[in-house]
Amino acid sequence: MRATSVIFRRELGTYLRSPIGWIIAAAALLIEGLLFQAFALSKTMLSGEVLRWFFWTMSGVTMGVAIVLSIRLVAEERQNNSIVLLNTSPVSDLSIVIGKYLAALVFLAAILALSCYMPILVKLNGKVSTSQILIGYLGLFLIGGAFLAIGLFASALTRYQLVAAVIGLGISMVMIVFYPLSKKLAPPFDTAIGQLDAWWGHFDRGFMVGVLTLENVVYYLALTYFFLLLAVKTLEAKRWQ
Amino acid sequence: MIKVENLSKFYGARRALGPVSFEIEDGETVGFLGLNGAGKTTALRILACDLRPSGGAISINGVDAIAEPHEVRKRIGFLPETPPLYTDMTVIDYLRFASELRGLRKQDQNKRIPEALEATDLGDVAGDVISTLSHGYRQRVGVAQAIVHQPTLLILDEPTRGLDPVQIVEMRRMIQNLKEKHTVLISSHILTEISQTCDRLLVLGRGELVGSGTEEELTHKGHDTTKMVVVGVRRGDGDDFEARVAKALFAVPGVSLVDYGREMNGCLNFTLTADREVRGAVSKAIVAQDWELLRLDAMTSELEQTFITLVGGHAGN
Repeated sequence: MRATSVIFRRELGTYLRSPIGWIIAAAALLIEGLLFQAFALSKTMLSGEVLRWFFWTMSGVTMGVAIVLSIRLVAEERQNNSIVLLNTSPVSDLSIVIGKYLAALVFLAAILALSCYMPILVKLNGKVSTSQILIGYLGLFLIGGAFLAIGLFASALTRYQLVAAVIGLGISMVMIVFYPLSKKLAPPFDTAIGQLDAWWGHFDRGFMVGVLTLENVVYYLALTYFFLLLAVKTLEAKRWQ
Repeated sequence: MIKVENLSKFYGARRALGPVSFEIEDGETVGFLGLNGAGKTTALRILACDLRPSGGAISINGVDAIAEPHEVRKRIGFLPETPPLYTDMTVIDYLRFASELRGLRKQDQNKRIPEALEATDLGDVAGDVISTLSHGYRQRVGVAQAIVHQPTLLILDEPTRGLDPVQIVEMRRMIQNLKEKHTVLISSHILTEISQTCDRLLVLGRGELVGSGTEEELTHKGHDTTKMVVVGVRRGDGDDFEARVAKALFAVPGVSLVDYGREMNGCLNFTLTADREVRGAVSKAIVAQDWELLRLDAMTSELEQTFITLVGGHAGN
């Protein structure tokens, strides 16, 4: 716990100290604003529909930002050889992964929080419930957390951030094509494969429209747990190489 | 005390190290010597619990390093070839981070960090961001993080690599001071580095321990007592001058081979192979002929010669 906290603080400090963290945050907010303008405000529609479009665009940006934020987490340490300090300190691989993950998650949450002016505008000018907004943001937080875990796993695999980015994006693409793929399959495979999808079903028909179900929350938590576990095991395995 | 038994490491089917066995007493300064690729870094990384071995046992002060790596890591300070630095941090923040990772409490940090800064002479740059420091200073920050928690065993992998001559002297002096408080294990492929700093040497060749002992023990063990001497004589009269010098050199007792070298600025260079110290006899032989002796060098030190002999069969060249 102590080691996790030490690594968390250092990692969060890195996002705040380096221009990269601010550039990612600024770029994300700019893209979110532009997409909100382009998709949600381009024509007259009901405020509920505007909010739906907002979460639709936000989910895509959040997934992308999560991958960009996480690819450096371990790969950069390997590239700079600073991973040796962590590896030769009395710190478990689990503490390393959790500390880094939580730092990236807090930074991502801060970026999400800064986008709240858009749904507030919708609420002030239309008729949407606060709970619908909060559920949407919970979904963004969960989907962002899951894709951070995917990026962190990709980062643990290699010392090159570009390679980690390609792997992370590759896994992300796979995670969001399960549903379209399931449409081509016959029962019972269509349902099973479709359920694995990280966006369709769990986000677009759940959080995005203000519906909170335990099933969707558990799905994202399980996805996060799975990829964080893979990251821990990858770090352990690298000690043999 | 460090006890290593049949330690080995394979990368796939390729054997990088071992099996090697050795012991290091508390307070000793031991040098790991070997050519590039001899397995020094692999051995040190395993001892620092950065890498898991394929086989064998390591005990550090009675603690099994493979079964209880966390316990061992608390007692070890490791400086790898490339210092493990976070270049976006200031020196003092970095040392605080390193000491927190090692579990030092706040009050201990406040005592140990200034000590580490003083031992590595980093006080002037404590508030500087690491990315702005020179290579020599960065190496010192690497040493500071390795000693900040006062480990019993300090492992330094090629600590003078990439340093300029002044920085090398400073690093040597720093290591001499560290010897007072820590058991030190240093690796290098540079003999003078090791011989000037260490009490004992472990010589590695292609992953195997090919020699062990003090400098004196190793040179006396001398698998081969061959010495090489370079002699420079000013060119004299006559076309056969070179041949006459070679003949005179060959006549010196102990000289078994004379090779002609290049002529530079009127100086004819010869390389002698001898089975004993011949420099005194060579100088007398040259002066007796009334020739001018411009150069007389032992090509390698005795330790270097021993090193070459020890690793020669394992170096592949």
